[in-house]
Amino acid sequence: MKKLAFIGFVVFCLFLFYAAYDIRDFGAPPSSMDDRIIGSYNSTTGEWEYGAVNETGANNAVTSVVFDYRGYDTLGEATVLFTAIAGVMLLFGGRKHE
Amino acid sequence: MSDEKMSVIVQTIAGMLFPMVLIFSFYVILHGHLTPGGGFQGGAIGASAVALLIVAYGSKTIEKKMAEENLSIFESLGGLVFVIVAIAGFILASAFLSNFLVGEPLFGQIPGWGESPLNSGGFLPILNIAVGMKVIGGLSAIVLMLALVSREVKEQ
Amino acid sequence: MIYNIPFFTVVALIAIGMYAMLFKRNLIKMAIGLTIVESGVNLFLITLGYRKGGFAPIFTDLPPDVSPADIPGKMVLPVPQALTLTSIVIGVAVLALILSLAINIYRHYGTLESEKVRRLRE
Repeated sequence: MKKLAFIGFVVFCLFLFYAAYDIRDFGAPPSSMDDRIIGSYNSTTGEWEYGAVNETGANNAVTSVVFDYRGYDTLGEATVLFTAIAGVMLLFGGRKHE
Repeated sequence: MSDEKMSVIVQTIAGMLFPMVLIFSFYVILHGHLTPGGGFQGGAIGASAVALLIVAYGSKTIEKKMAEENLSIFESLGGLVFVIVAIAGFILASAFLSNFLVGEPLFGQIPGWGESPLNSGGFLPILNIAVGMKVIGGLSAIVLMLALVSREVKEQ
Repeated sequence: MIYNIPFFTVVALIAIGMYAMLFKRNLIKMAIGLTIVESGVNLFLITLGYRKGGFAPIFTDLPPDVSPADIPGKMVLPVPQALTLTSIVIGVAVLALILSLAINIYRHYGTLESEKVRRLRE
């Protein structure tokens, strides 16, 4: 049984290796990707035409993605953190003073 | 294990480093919309400051100063601020979690090229502070609780 | 491409972590394997978003000779970085829960080997 598991593990690793060989080149994502979020600045009018800085006003595009464009994701993540802390408190909180 | 405190040198240096690490954590949280960083990273730095105190002074001493119930209340307060701001976006603007402060004169200044005013970003700094409170409280409570419990397990 | 070195690093990390999770019997070692798999996944996300010679997606501290016309197609993608940020915090929370469960198991059974834990159950 353990031998079978090891064979499955090796097949899985070979599949991962082939996937890493066959994936697109490192460091060259498609040029239009995320252009919508990074935005473009019009030098003549001095304003952002679209993108993160125009829509959220933050210079840090990562923060604007985390809290604005994907705010639901962050809310769910905060829920996961809260639940984990509640679990740790539930496991240990009551019997700490014994 | 009866004596888990470290030596006086380590305790003094940890006591001197604690406010500095905490101030750096507040800097990372408050400038999260301008520089690399944000609520999660700054909160992790602040929790590491508390972990430094726990390692130096021992968990029993720190537990008398800050009970983990208070840390848990601090964390829940951060989550409450997050949800209240999100619902305010629902009431004052179009949708849940919509950025209702952007474009306002006080908080929502839109920076031009090469500018970085602190009062930009709409509600992003408020959410950064909320998540920072959440992460500082939560990770500190976890570290304190695990230190206390592993001490108990060692004593058995 | 054989020059995708970071992707092969991701494969190595995931393979090492999976090996530790599948074939080790110690609970702490299994938790370490989970963490290694998780860092491999984080590295994969960051690697997908990297762009050679690109700037960080932050407009505050750009180099002084960069003009607005250079920006399109020259910035690292921000969305994978944001997802990685979320993933790291979730990983810490899950790891804390796993470790506290392991501490509880050690308290009740006096061991961390998963097979002995199973044998001691009455």
